[in-house]
Parts: sequence; C-alpha cells; structure tokens
Amino acid sequence: MNAKKKCIAMLLAGGQGSRLYALTQNVAKPAVPYGGKYRIIDFALSNCTNSGIDTVGVLTQYQPLVLNEYIGNGQPWDLDRMYGGVHVLSPFETKEGADWFQGTANAIYQNMRFIERYDPEYVIVLGGDHIYKMDYSKLVEFHEKNNADGTIAVIDVPMEEASRFGIMTCDAENRVVRFTEKPKEPESTLASMGIYVFTWQKLKKYLIENENANTGSKDFGKDIIPAMLQNKERLFAYTFDGYWKDVGTLDSLWEANMDLLSPSVPLDLYDPNWKVYARHNNMPPQYIGENAQIENSMITEGSSINGKVDFSIIFSGVVIEEGAVVNYSILMPGTVVKSGAVVEYAIVGENCVVESGAKIGISPENIDNRDDWGIAVVGHNVTVSGNAVVRPKEIISENV
Amino acid sequence: MGVNNNVLGLIFASLHDSTVVELTKQRTMGSIMFGGRYRLIDFPLSNMVNSGICEVGVITKSNYGSLLDHLGTGREWDLARKKGGLHLLPPFSQSIGDGVYRGRLEALNNVWTYVEYSKCEYVVLSDCDYVANINFEDVVKQHKETGADITVVYGNYRYSEESGSCVDVLEIGESGRVTDVLVDPQLSGDCKICLDMFVMRRDFLRKIVKDAASRSQYSLIRDCLQPNVKNFNIMGYEFDGYFSRIDSVANYYKANMALLNPDTRNALFKANAPIYTKTGDNGPVKYGLDSKVKNSLIADGCIIEGTVENSILFRGVKVGKGTTVKNCVLMQGTTIGNNCTLDSVITDKNVEIVDDRVLNGSESYPVYINKNAKL
Repeated sequence: MNAKKKCIAMLLAGGQGSRLYALTQNVAKPAVPYGGKYRIIDFALSNCTNSGIDTVGVLTQYQPLVLNEYIGNGQPWDLDRMYGGVHVLSPFETKEGADWFQGTANAIYQNMRFIERYDPEYVIVLGGDHIYKMDYSKLVEFHEKNNADGTIAVIDVPMEEASRFGIMTCDAENRVVRFTEKPKEPESTLASMGIYVFTWQKLKKYLIENENANTGSKDFGKDIIPAMLQNKERLFAYTFDGYWKDVGTLDSLWEANMDLLSPSVPLDLYDPNWKVYARHNNMPPQYIGENAQIENSMITEGSSINGKVDFSIIFSGVVIEEGAVVNYSILMPGTVVKSGAVVEYAIVGENCVVESGAKIGISPENIDNRDDWGIAVVGHNVTVSGNAVVRPKEIISENV
Repeated sequence: MGVNNNVLGLIFASLHDSTVVELTKQRTMGSIMFGGRYRLIDFPLSNMVNSGICEVGVITKSNYGSLLDHLGTGREWDLARKKGGLHLLPPFSQSIGDGVYRGRLEALNNVWTYVEYSKCEYVVLSDCDYVANINFEDVVKQHKETGADITVVYGNYRYSEESGSCVDVLEIGESGRVTDVLVDPQLSGDCKICLDMFVMRRDFLRKIVKDAASRSQYSLIRDCLQPNVKNFNIMGYEFDGYFSRIDSVANYYKANMALLNPDTRNALFKANAPIYTKTGDNGPVKYGLDSKVKNSLIADGCIIEGTVENSILFRGVKVGKGTTVKNCVLMQGTTIGNNCTLDSVITDKNVEIVDDRVLNGSESYPVYINKNAKL
C-alpha cells in the first residue's frame, strides 16, 4: 500500500493577499470566495484530483483557521485517502527553533520530510491564487518526455503586459535559456504561471543549497530557477493556452468573476468531465420571487432573490429584497441587500447587511471624471446603513 | 442528549411504491426526486440525524439501484461511522420464499438480525411518503414519559376526494391514547392521520414482529395496531408542523409546488435542522441575456435562457431561448430546446424536449413525461 507516489503536489497557500485588503483581514487569500460557490483554492485542488494527483500538501501560514476548516479531510475534492490525500502543513517548531516560512522555496524546504514520505519522482509546486483549469498530468508527461529537471508552465501574454511577469526566453525545443523577473524590455511573451514540476531529487539538492546559501529571499523565481539555469540544468517551458487569471487584487478578483458571465471566456463550470469541487453547505435551492428580474448572472443555493439583478455573481444564502438593485457586482455568502438599496460595480463580503437606501459603487457611465472610477469594496460582516454611500474605489471594513 | 441516545432508526424506503407508479417505474419511493435537489428519503434520514440518531437501517424491496447510489456510505448524512452509521438492508431470503416482504412486520422479521445486533433500547420507524421536518427526540421523550407500548406520530389533515389511497386515520382519546385505527375510511373533513412514523422499545417491537411471523401476519397497521387498540397502550404524538403526503402524481406535483410558499420552505428547510442530500458538484445557476424568472425554486447547475414561472427546476435543467416554462416540475437533467411552451408538466430525469414543442397539462392533472424520454 505504501508504495512510492509518482507525483505529489505542494500548494503554497500561505499568502496574506494584502492587495485584497478588506477581504483578507481574517482569511488567507486562497480561502476568498469566488464564482458563486467556490473559494479560490478549489480550482487548484480540483485540478489535482482531475489530473489524478491524490497527494497534496497545502502550506498555510497567514490566518489559516478558515482555510483549514474549509479543507478539512479533503473529502469534497476526493482527497480523503488512506495513503496520501490532502494535508495542511503549517510552520512548526523543531529542536533548532521555530521558524515561519520565509519564501516559497523555504516553505517547501521546511516540508521536505512530508515529501520524502512519498518518495515521489516528481513534485508539482502550485500557487493558491489563480483561477484556471489545467490538466497537470499533461504537464508531467511533457516534463518526462523532455527528460527535464524542471518544467515551468507559461502562458503567452500580450507584449504590453509582459513586464508585469516573470518572462521565459526559450529555444526552439522549448528549453528555457533565460528567465527575467519583470523585465523592462521583455525578450519574450511567455510568462511564468508560478506552476512548476521538478524532478524531486534535483529540486531537493537545490533547496538544500539555497537554504545554506541563505540568500534572504529563498524564492523559486528569485533563487531556485536562476540557480538551475546557471548550472545548465534542463528547464523547459510548457505553454498553457486555457483561461488563467490572477486574482491577487480587488480589480482582478472582480474581473475574474465577471469573466464567468462572458460567453467568450473559456472557463466552463458545467463540464461533467472536469468538475470544480467545493465544500457545500446543505442549503435548499435558490428561490426567485414574484418581482425578481434577473439577467446575465450566476446565483447559487440558499439565496432568495426578489429584486433586480444584472451582470452579477451571487453566492449562497444571499437575500436581495424587492426593490433592491444589484448590477455588475459580487455578493458573497450570507449578505442581505434590503429594499431600495443599490449596489453597482462592487464587491460585498460575507454576511454584510446593506440597508434600505444605501448606495454602494457607481457605473463608470455616471461619473464625470473616469479617473475617479473604480469598484467599491465592502469587507466581511459590515453593515452599510440607510444613508451611507460607498464611493467608487472606496474600501470599507467597518460599519458605515 | 448524551453522546449515545440509544435509538435505532429504521426507514422503509420501498413501501407505498404502488401509489405513485409513474415515478417508481425505475426507482423506489425513497429515491423519488423532490424539491429541486432532494430525494424523499433525505427527509426521514435527515430528521433522524438531526434528532441525534446515529444508527440507521434502510429497508428496501425492489428497484433500489438509484437509492443505493444516492445513499452510498451515508457520508452526506454524517452516517459513515464505525459505530452505528448507515446500513442498507435489501431483501434477502429468510422466512419467506423470495425474500420480498408484504408489510412492515414481515420486513422487520427479515432484517431482525440487524435490529438485534444494534443493541439500542428504542426504535424509531419511518416511511418515505411524508415530507416533513420533525424532531424525533421529542417523540421519543413523550414515548418514555407516557410509558406507551407504541407511539404513533399523527398530523391534522383535511380528508377529501383528492386524497390518495392508503390513508390511516386515527381516533385519539382525551389522554392522547389511540382509540381506533381506520384504514382508508369513507369519510371527509378534518381528521388525524398516521404519518407512518412510530416509536417503540426494541423489546416490544421484537415481540410483535415475532408474534406476527408465527401467525403469518405482516401488516403493522392491520395486524397489530388495529386489533390491539385496547390491549396495547398506543399513544398518539401530534406533529403540528408542516407535512405533505406523496400518494399520487397529482399530490406529488402539489407538494413540490407548495415549496413556492415561503412558509413551507421555512418549515422544511431550517438552519438548525438542515435536510442533507448527496451533492452534485454543479456550478451555480446561470441566467442568460434574456432570462425571465419569477416565483420559482431553482437548483444549481441549471442554465436558463428563457422564461420560467411558478416552477421547480432540479439540478442541471436547461431552458432554451424563447422557451416559456410555467407551473412545471422539471427533474434533474431535463433539457428543453428553444421556443417551446410548457405548462403544468412534470418531466422525469434526463428528459429531452427539442425545439418548438408545446406541452400543456392542467394543475389538477399535470402531464407526466417518462425518464429519459425524448420529445
């Protein structure tokens, strides 16, 4: 039974997600709700299961309570296994002392004993802050076929955006010849997705060397990849051509949700052969009332809608009363929008109350100076009182 | 309540199949789909779990493939346990030739080894033909306090010509004692009907099961309760909450439609006593560019591009552009093309209706379309 695993995954979920501000005050970024009934981490976990990877270490650090509870024994993702399955790995104390995870490479280094238990040939390193559906088994196949030491998943980005990413320069055989982090003048448009496969014995060597060198950053992009390139290790770039979206900022989180409503965006949540799994909460089906007007939206279980909803993503247990208007917005679980309230171009966190007459956000068409426009954000558990106005670009996390 | 409340739950998943023949052609009573994402057995099973019962046997008879698939290990009901948990009890030959029983007592005799093995002192019995959210703790408590031999759960019901068959009417004396049991009586108006839920001490149940077996009797109501109203101390427990009775296709339709009333939903789906079911891992409901939806209950995985009114849509139903669906119950996986009109229709699982079709039933006699049919 305790045979060697061919490939296991290590999911870096410790990020604070500081650019999500009000939404990550008490929750790690991977646990932020997305897409009506998911949390961001569901995509990476479902990818693992759908790719046949049954052993996943989830490295947590920042505000892990919600994330730990959410992952639980991994059952919703079919990751409750006799041998393997999902394991939440938190920083721990050793004889030498206690240490937080210092960088992405250090986080894996500190959990080498977990990896060694499965004696894997390959280790996949993933982030927990992207929305995408990817068959990791094809990535591993590519890695094997090239007899690679490391394979980096890349995505072709527009040239004008390339300087925001880590850019790979490759030869004709897809072998990486250069890697530049956020180059001013990009040589290529192949951006690293932060998804790596390594031959474990090779990675282990570099992790130990990096740890001993004590560079301070201890990071895959800054240390491990450059070191491997310098030593002429076989690094390859695997080009992914599906939908991939970073949800590290409030704007990108909002956009990634809106993408679900666009028929031209290739992210299918209804494919029976590649389901996105999530922990569910035993709520009855949604009820759509007599006075509801709903178009272009996604709504999920336990919600009760009697107002006007257009271009919005509505999570479980949300109540939208008659006479309330919700446009181009994301309402997270348990939020109530009372009659007469208007929510436009906004993200409203979990369990908020938007009282009658409150106004959150505004349409870009109704603002004089476009530079003043942006989405409005209300953090979790906030009450927005009847006369309150939450302006575009405003982020609130206290009752107003 | 202690950790172990000493109560065994037994669910009869296959009684009353003959009252809704259309719906039980390829399934049994307990696995009839209800309320958008549930199956009838979810109600008694969740009620038991929410009442602290952690050991439940499900007695089936025939056509139980979908039921076994639905229940699996019982994990969704928190019944995948080492101690107790869910046990599926399909018929197996013992006293009767082919193992297929005729009534509750005969069924219980067949599975008595399981009941004996459980060691619980009390037994709660329930069928799957009533949809209700009931706390059995209260029933067991009353049973203990009154020292009854049998406690029968009853509800107040308006008996009419529309009522389906096999209604058991109880007469209750002032002390709450059951004084008479009438099977399918000719009467109309308000009465107290048996909700097919019973509490007994296991010892007492053993006695009546073995007694019936020795006399080739099988019916709990006709062979045990009815002749013994004077000999046994049979007490009624009044359930004053919401219930609906599934005893005909028309009443099945009505019971689903009743969920459009918020009072009904609040009575059945309580935050502190949820109804559990197997998850479908569907995406959220997607409403298209010209969707118009009102007064409807819609389960996840549906994609709606047309008009839906006064309807119950189960998981993964697709409604095409220009299509109007009114007063319908569309079960899991129903696909309706473009420019169709449906009024008062029940579609069973995976029905496909191609473009431009018109189907009209009436609310008292809805059109029913078979599982997997393509129109």
